[in-house]
Amino acid sequence: MLANRAALVALIILVIIVLVSLLAPLYASHVAHTNPFTSNVQGSIVVDGKKVDVMQQSATGLGVTPIGPTWHSRYFLGADGQGRDVMARVLYGGRVSLLIGSVSAAICCFVATALGIIAGYMGGLVDGILSRLFDVVWAFPVYLLAICLSIVLLTSTLTIGPISIGSGSLALPIAIISVIYVPYVARPIRAQVKSLRERMFIQAARSVGSSNWRIIRRDVLPNVLPSVIVYFPIMMALNILIAASLSFLGVGVQPPRAAWGTIINDGLPLLYTRPLVSLAPGVMIALTCVALNLLGDSLRDALDPGSKVRVGS
Amino acid sequence: MIGFILRRLGSAVLVLFTTSAIAFLIFFATPGIDPAARIAGRGASAQTLAQVRSSFGLDKPLPVQYLLMMKHLFVTRDLNSFVNRGEMVVPQIVQAAPITLSLVIGSAIIAVASSFALGLISALYKGRVVDPIIMTLAVLGISIPVFWLGEVANLITQGTLHHSAFSWVPPLGYTPLTQDPIQWALHLLFPWLTMAVMYVGIYSRVLRAELVAAFNEDFVQAARAKGITERRVVLRHALRCALIPVISLFGLDLGVLVGGAALLTEVVFGLPGVGFLTYQALENVDLSMIMGTTIYAAFFVVLMNALVDILHAKLDPRIRHA
Repeated sequence: MLANRAALVALIILVIIVLVSLLAPLYASHVAHTNPFTSNVQGSIVVDGKKVDVMQQSATGLGVTPIGPTWHSRYFLGADGQGRDVMARVLYGGRVSLLIGSVSAAICCFVATALGIIAGYMGGLVDGILSRLFDVVWAFPVYLLAICLSIVLLTSTLTIGPISIGSGSLALPIAIISVIYVPYVARPIRAQVKSLRERMFIQAARSVGSSNWRIIRRDVLPNVLPSVIVYFPIMMALNILIAASLSFLGVGVQPPRAAWGTIINDGLPLLYTRPLVSLAPGVMIALTCVALNLLGDSLRDALDPGSKVRVGS
Repeated sequence: MIGFILRRLGSAVLVLFTTSAIAFLIFFATPGIDPAARIAGRGASAQTLAQVRSSFGLDKPLPVQYLLMMKHLFVTRDLNSFVNRGEMVVPQIVQAAPITLSLVIGSAIIAVASSFALGLISALYKGRVVDPIIMTLAVLGISIPVFWLGEVANLITQGTLHHSAFSWVPPLGYTPLTQDPIQWALHLLFPWLTMAVMYVGIYSRVLRAELVAAFNEDFVQAARAKGITERRVVLRHALRCALIPVISLFGLDLGVLVGGAALLTEVVFGLPGVGFLTYQALENVDLSMIMGTTIYAAFFVVLMNALVDILHAKLDPRIRHA
């Protein structure tokens, strides 16, 4: 009962976050009347009948400080170092962060399920090779793998056959993030398939002459699907966190695109004067990830009570 | 047992080889990328490029290049940074390692102690008010980006409350333990706490789940039926069994943290550890240094994994014969 209520709250929070992120262009054009991607260092706005510069001359010494939160439609949360509307940017950032999180979680779960089923079902040499491969990717510290891949790829275009990924493309962080957590999902799926293989109903399917493909599709897949569904929100939370960390290190989402992580990073020089620039996107990340993790927990309790899904990295 | 240890160390060497080979391939064999230009850094002269080519044997086949790289790293230990000319990679890593170790070990002690307390309380009071409160906090712990939490800690201790409640917090940076133990601890206190938060979240959740499962086991019921005090049943019987998965998680995390996952915390708090070196190398696009820290990291992770498995086998004899 409690879990159900928590799941419901989590789901509502998620739906709201997704909706407001999708509505970001409307907010920018109709509420904030601003383009959150162009800098506005010279501009000024009218707050409570008074004209205020977006970038204010600092009272002590040199430099300018962006406008703080007005709590009005324009610059609701203030401006960042380039005079851009933080609220509008946080909403836009949500689109990119949620996109990266969900697409890379989907790719990761798909690849991991395929590899896990192949390794667990085929056994023998194939299993040996794939399992060692999981071990190796697992042994590679996640951040370092991402840093290595990003530093090599970020300034040049990667061309693999017909696919070419440009340096500013979102496909790059998505691809990196989906690779690094594959073993995390693939290993438990493999173990599950390995034990399923010995079960009576699969032996029976085999004895009546079903092909391997048919057994995998009709008997194995439906049995591992609940675990995959449980993993999806948890992976999405992990991916959003790691995407933010990569952006913090400067190897994730590249400007002019904004994700929550990049906005936190943009706000760091202003941490002590305009803390909201960094605080707001962090709160959004935490809120989203709490909701996703709670959803994952309740899904597990509902679908897959026996499993021990490990959360966190 | 000795046979198990040897087999485990053998496979560790194999994983280490593969990991270093992958790191090497990412740098030297990514299609469309000239490794010489990358290692030499931005705007390098033709002379430097030629020097890099000969030093890394870039005109030779890949396996030879790999061996040369390993020789520079482990045998002659003279891998040079081409961005910061003349800076040796290996001595810098050796110098930075104690800082990373100070950070990780202190944080690990805090994380283990608090997650034990929270996991135990949560499992003992399952279904009461404290249990969901602790578990919600644990979910929050795994949902906050660590670098952001660190910045918030900085904002509070170095900014808004620096002149009142937190005036005792020293400025960001590091003081060696041998120089001044008290300053060492004060500098590391908030980094320790920040980094511990996520692990407290993970371990207290795992420990609670394991304890709840253990309470239903036959041997715990048997211990209760024998009339042993509840305290002894929990601490000696259930907790012991629940500890095994936590220990293996802990070992893996320790390896990953020493290896490089501590880098976010190091960067936020300005601690010049190995992660910070990686970060600086990333800013300067200094590939030699990144290769050095990556292989150092892989070494630690693989070593910790092997140690965890050996410890695991010692605690749980079933594994030795699997």
